[in-house]
Amino acid sequence: MRGSGSALFIYLLRLGDNALMLGHRLSEWCGRAPVLEEDLALANMGLDLLGQARSFLTYAGEVEGKGRDEDALAYLREAGEYRNILLVELPGGDFAFTMVRQLLYGSLIQRLFEALASSRDSTLAGIAAKGANELAYHVRHAAEWTIRLGDGTAESHRRTQLALDELWPYTGEMLETDEVEHALIEQHIAVDPSRLRQAWERALAEVTEEATLQLPRQTWMQSGGRVGRHSEHLGHILSELQYLQRTYPGAKW
Amino acid sequence: MTETSWPLWEVFIRTRNGGSHRHVGSLHAVDATMALHHARDAYARRGEGVSIWVVPSAAMTASDPGDRDLLFEPAATKIYRHPTFYEVPDDVGHM
Repeated sequence: MRGSGSALFIYLLRLGDNALMLGHRLSEWCGRAPVLEEDLALANMGLDLLGQARSFLTYAGEVEGKGRDEDALAYLREAGEYRNILLVELPGGDFAFTMVRQLLYGSLIQRLFEALASSRDSTLAGIAAKGANELAYHVRHAAEWTIRLGDGTAESHRRTQLALDELWPYTGEMLETDEVEHALIEQHIAVDPSRLRQAWERALAEVTEEATLQLPRQTWMQSGGRVGRHSEHLGHILSELQYLQRTYPGAKW
Repeated sequence: MTETSWPLWEVFIRTRNGGSHRHVGSLHAVDATMALHHARDAYARRGEGVSIWVVPSAAMTASDPGDRDLLFEPAATKIYRHPTFYEVPDDVGHM
């Protein structure tokens, strides 16, 4: 079950591209965070995600078997070939937006990785097990901030609720499955995210309640990133992310 | 970037079981929980440590550098406070 058309290759791209794009969004805070301590925290989390992206994309390259390495996959694909969800490519927004996104993404993907740690694919299981620990910290950090911002001043509450409302319609894509996942779930390689939904929503409700925020009700969900239909924002990310490799092909440090 | 009035915290890290916490630096944080988070990011990024303490800097009482002689000088003349008059048998090894 290898090769570029294989379900495993696409599944790995989805996992890796999520981490790559969210990591890039966090890196945009570097030097711009409200305080030095938070600057370090955001950069740390961004690097964790970049590390996860490297592992997933390296393995994806091996599965594809066409000699593409992590750099070729990260830097030299066209926008339509990226498989990340739309949630992670949305532009940075303010600090509340950044923390709420980290909470929404991290708390589900952490659970996904914990389940993937017992995947029948041992390489995937290893990457996921390491990532789950990292995400556990991201979630705790983001939850602490969400609580403090939500239950903070009137202005911080307003911004945090706004972020939650804006981001919520993008969370549905994390729970989607299609024939790629179906095939892998059957082989006990992938995990069905819909079975993580209840625990995820309960954990979110705990945080939002303490933060005096309203978790949005069911609504129409955005979709498309997982199959390569992206927002215009991905193009802007790529123009920055790929600039060096496109301008100086094969450039090395 | 806006001015921050976050309180200052002193960070202590114990690098291994059985050791003692050592002062490694200070940082700003809104409260104790966030101070622990920041300490992890600022001072424990390379796996150093098994335990972190954070203490509000305002809760620390420090001696006045000008009092150095008053505090420490008398000890220098009281040689009987130093255990230098004991003969240590060779078999004891490191003491």
